[in-house]
Amino acid sequence: MKAPLIKISNLRKTYGQFTALHGINLDIAQGEVLCVVGPSGSGKSTLIRCINHLEPFEQGSEITVDGIPVRPGPDLDQVRAEVGMVFQSFNLFPHMTVLRNVMLAPIRVRKMSEADAEKRARDLLERVGISVQADKYPAQLSGGQQQRVAIARALAMEPRVLLFDEPTSALDPEMVGEVLDVMKKLAGTGVTMVVVTHEMGFARQVADRVLFMDGGAIIEAGTPTEIFDAPKEERTRNFLHAVLDH
Amino acid sequence: MDLFSTFFNIPVLMQSLPQLMNGLLVTIGIGATSIIAGLIGGLFLAVLRLYAGPVVTGLVRAYIDVFRSIPLLVLLIIVYYALPFVGIRLSPFFSAVTALTLVSAAYTAEIFRAGIEAIPKGQFEASAALGLSNRYIMTDVILPQAIRIVIPPLTNNCINVLKDTALASVVAMPDLLKQATQAQALSANPTPLIGAAVIYLILLLPMVRYVAHLEKRFSRGRS
Repeated sequence: MKAPLIKISNLRKTYGQFTALHGINLDIAQGEVLCVVGPSGSGKSTLIRCINHLEPFEQGSEITVDGIPVRPGPDLDQVRAEVGMVFQSFNLFPHMTVLRNVMLAPIRVRKMSEADAEKRARDLLERVGISVQADKYPAQLSGGQQQRVAIARALAMEPRVLLFDEPTSALDPEMVGEVLDVMKKLAGTGVTMVVVTHEMGFARQVADRVLFMDGGAIIEAGTPTEIFDAPKEERTRNFLHAVLDH
Repeated sequence: MDLFSTFFNIPVLMQSLPQLMNGLLVTIGIGATSIIAGLIGGLFLAVLRLYAGPVVTGLVRAYIDVFRSIPLLVLLIIVYYALPFVGIRLSPFFSAVTALTLVSAAYTAEIFRAGIEAIPKGQFEASAALGLSNRYIMTDVILPQAIRIVIPPLTNNCINVLKDTALASVVAMPDLLKQATQAQALSANPTPLIGAAVIYLILLLPMVRYVAHLEKRFSRGRS
């Protein structure tokens, strides 16, 4: 069996007295689409924010991405270049055009030429359906369009892994579909994806594996069928009952 | 002698005008040098204060507090009259520029710090997540946005520095105020002082209006 792309062992995270993550162990395979679900405050966002060290974690915890340990220091920018992230609140750079948003990191981090970076950016914007708005500023776009630009910006680095932190939670309901469609297409291309989401339909349809978290621990993991149709744990059942049956 | 020929004596003004213009050039020279040096120093201090280790941060904070507290006139007199006792002899120009820069850098550092801290955390996170180094996070993402926020308070600081250049006249610097007092003594008429005051107003009033305009624009929200 191939070595996992991401290895997380004994991941602990505390905020003062509060323990956000209780020693998580998790391997994520190359090409896997993993959806993380669970109630708010369960630690699922904290978990994926540890993978690129936006959230520092406790001593004794270990995360490696493609064999490189995730820790402060000179290797960290290298890890981050291989780990793309899409945020709940888009976080596009408001002072740059859409095109420039996508071009920035390839030029600065990959040392790509302006012309090559522009070509790649235009291709990616085409793929997410934003090519017409390439020269506009983020504030001129709808939320759904901004999030698709954010996905293109992450893809421009050709990352090994894409992390999605509740990518549709800040969107108006009518815009959720367009973002999920882009993500579904991506899942089909073989890129490794870790998606924190409340979209159970998306998780059921696209995930290779679903992780249910509660209280800073992984309660249950399995295929979408196992988790959604035959959850073993009481807490999983209660959560699914609350989000699905209404 | 009526009021008009005392305070607005045209022949005296014409006679002293070349001297006042020379003074104006000196004033602008001191002001511009101090403003530019203060901007560079202030940006440097702000970044240190935000991102250096605890010891450096503490030192920078102490610097900022001290130089925002000390009266500029006291500092200027120490630089010009006290430092020679330890062998540091600065010309009147460099004494004035040194004192103004030390103080301006302290104020500018606080302005930049506030500007950088006003940028949402998500901007830092998004650029870090892309693998950008700290340097590019600052130069490409954070500072271009912070500049918009800090332009009104920075312009205000420029106004203060330009006004404070008048203190240089106490260390025998032939700035606008010094030239005016000399012309007044020479002609036994206060018109040159009035002329100097009007020149200060012509220089600074547009900047004051500009700050008011910017503040109004920024308070309406971003363009």
